[in-house]
Amino acid sequence: MSTLLKVVDLKKYFPVRGGMFHRVVAHVKAVDGVSFELEKGRTLGLVGESGCGKSTLGRAVLRLHEPTSGQIILNGDDLMKLDREALTAHRRQMQIIFQDPYASLSPRRTIAQTIQEPLDVHKIGTPREREKKVEELLDVVGLRKQVLSRYPHEFSGGQRQRIGIARSLALNPNFIVADEPVSALDVSVQSQVLNLIARLQREHGISFLFISHDLAVIQHVSDDVGVMYLGRLVELASAEDLYREPRHPYTKALMSAIPVPDPKKKSKRIILGGDVPSPMDPPPGCPFHTRCPDAMPHCKKAVPPRVNVGTEDRPHFVDCHLFTEEAAT
Amino acid sequence: MSSEHTAPLLSVRNLVVEFSTRYGPVRAVDDISFDVYPNETVGIVGESGCGKTVTGLTLLQLIPMPPGRIVQGSIKFDGRDLTKLSEKEMQEMRGSDISMIFQEPMTALNPVFSVGNQMIDVLRRHKNLTRRQARELAINMLDTVGIPAPRKRIDEYPHQMSGGMRQRVMIAMALSCGPKLLIADEPTTALDVTTQAQVMEQIVKLQDEFHMSMILVTHDLGVVAESCDRAIVMYCGNIIETAAIDDLFHKPQHPYTRGLLDSIPRIREERVAELPIIRGIVPDLLHLPDGCRFADRCPRATDECRKDKPVVNIDPVTGNGVACYHPMG
Repeated sequence: MSTLLKVVDLKKYFPVRGGMFHRVVAHVKAVDGVSFELEKGRTLGLVGESGCGKSTLGRAVLRLHEPTSGQIILNGDDLMKLDREALTAHRRQMQIIFQDPYASLSPRRTIAQTIQEPLDVHKIGTPREREKKVEELLDVVGLRKQVLSRYPHEFSGGQRQRIGIARSLALNPNFIVADEPVSALDVSVQSQVLNLIARLQREHGISFLFISHDLAVIQHVSDDVGVMYLGRLVELASAEDLYREPRHPYTKALMSAIPVPDPKKKSKRIILGGDVPSPMDPPPGCPFHTRCPDAMPHCKKAVPPRVNVGTEDRPHFVDCHLFTEEAAT
Repeated sequence: MSSEHTAPLLSVRNLVVEFSTRYGPVRAVDDISFDVYPNETVGIVGESGCGKTVTGLTLLQLIPMPPGRIVQGSIKFDGRDLTKLSEKEMQEMRGSDISMIFQEPMTALNPVFSVGNQMIDVLRRHKNLTRRQARELAINMLDTVGIPAPRKRIDEYPHQMSGGMRQRVMIAMALSCGPKLLIADEPTTALDVTTQAQVMEQIVKLQDEFHMSMILVTHDLGVVAESCDRAIVMYCGNIIETAAIDDLFHKPQHPYTRGLLDSIPRIREERVAELPIIRGIVPDLLHLPDGCRFADRCPRATDECRKDKPVVNIDPVTGNGVACYHPMG
C-alpha cells in the first residue's frame, strides 16, 4: 500500500481581534499540531465533538482554510508549497462533500449545471462529453436522468446529498473530504447515503477523510479512525482496534455516552464533568486533563507524547500520559 | 405502565391539526389519540415532518394560529379540555401545570435578560412570591439541575453559558413551578454526546424527584430506549404504533418501526458491508396516498394496504397497538 496523503504537524490558528486598534489579541487554536497518514483507497474517519477542530482540519487539508503551518503531502506534492494556479490544478484530485445539502447547492442552478460545473471550471471534454459524464454520475449516485433540468428545492435532503456527491465525483478525484455528510439527514435516509459512500470506496477506490461526530457512522465507513479533542488527535488506530479496545480516556467516555437503542442494555456510562475548555485558552499539559477521570498531576504539566500501544505493523497511537514511562514511575 | 387503576393525566382524542399553506391545507397531525399516565415517560418518535413536534406544541397551544388550526379532537388534562380554554386560562396552565423544554436553548432564552431575571419572572407569574424569595428559589433550582456556583451564575446572560449549561437553565425554569407534565422537544439534539448524557441523566433524575409525567419528543431511538416507559411512533401525521418500550424494541409490529430500528447506525461487533435501509422517501403531506401512508416503502404492502388506511387498535391488556394489516408478529 502506498501513502496518498501525509499530514505533518498541521496547525490552523484563527486570529481574534479586539481592542482599540483592532489588533490580534488572541488565537483560536482550532487545529493544533495534527499528523496522520492516509493510504490509497482507505478511509480515515475523524470523530470528535463540536468545536474540536475536525471540520477545520478537513478544510485546512484542502487549503480551503489556509493552514498556519505544517505540511500536507498529497501524492508526493507538498500542497503548502503550491501557488494558486498549481493548487487549482491539484484540486482536480481532491474534492469535498459538505454537511448541509440545503446550503451547498445553488438554488438558482439546475442539477445539470451544478454537477457539470467542475468539468467546466477545469475545461474537461467537449460540451457533449460533459453532458454524458453528468448523466453517468447521476446513475452512479442512484438518481434518474429526468432530474437534470430541475432545481434543488424540488428534492429531499437525501437526494440533495446525492447530488452533492455526484458533483464531488465529476473530476474522478482520488481523495474526498466528507464533512458530516449524513448528519442533516433522517435515519432512514442516512443509511442509504452511507451505503452509497461505502460503495464508492469499494468500486472507485476513492480515499475519504470522513468527518463525523457520530462514532457509529464513522465505524461503518472507516478503515482507520482518529479521535480529536480541542484541536489535537488524541487517539489514532485501525477501526477494528479502536472499537474493540479504545485506550484514551476521552475515547472511552465518548463511546460510553452513545445511547444504545435497546432498553435491556443499560450501558455503563462514564459521565464527563464540565465542558470542553475554550480553544482560545486551552489548558496547559494534556488538553483533556480538566475532564479526565484518570488525570494525574503530571498531566497538568506536560503535553503527552504520541505513544504506540499497538505493534509495528498495526500501530495504535494514543496521546496520553497513562501510557508513557515517565508518568508510570 | 398503562394501569387500569389510575386515570390518565393527559388524554388526547382524535386530534387533527391543520396548517393552511399556499398549496392548500396540510394536516401535520391527523387523527391521533393517546394517553399519558401519572409518573410515566412517553416517547414520541419519528423522522422530520412526521408531526411529533406539532403534537407537542399543540398540547400547550403554542402553534401559530393562523396558519395553524385545531380542526377537531380533545386534549384532556386533569379532567379539563385544553382546547376549550381561553388564552388567559391557557397562560395559567403553561409553565405551572404543564411545562415545555425546547431543542434550541439559545433561541428559547431571551438574550437581553439575565438568566435569573427570566427565572424570577416565571416564578412570580405563577406563585405569590416576593422578588427575593423567587430569587432564592431560582438559585435552588439552578443548584438542583447541577449548575456549579449557582449564586454567581444566576446573574449571567445566556450567551455566557455553554449549550449544555443553557439547556440546564431551561430545565430549571421549566421545573421551577413543579409541573405535573413536562413536554421535552428534542432536549438534547443540539448537544454533543457527552453533554447529552449529562443532561438526559439529569432530566430522568429530576422527573423521579418531582413526580412528573414526561412526553419526550425525539428522533433518537437510543434516547427513547434509555429513558421512556412507552413510545409512540409517528409517520406522516399518524400514529402507526404504540407499545411498551421493551416490546417496541424487541418485538416491533409495524414494518416502519422495524425498518427504523434496523437502520439506526449503531456500533457493531463487526463492520457490515451494507446497512439495512428503508427504501424510498417520506411522501409529501400535500399528496398523501389513500391507503396506508407507508405502503409505497413497505416490503409487506398488498393491495389492501393501498386501498384503506389501517387504524391503530389498542390491546386493552398490554396497551400496545399498531396500524397495520400485516404486522410483523
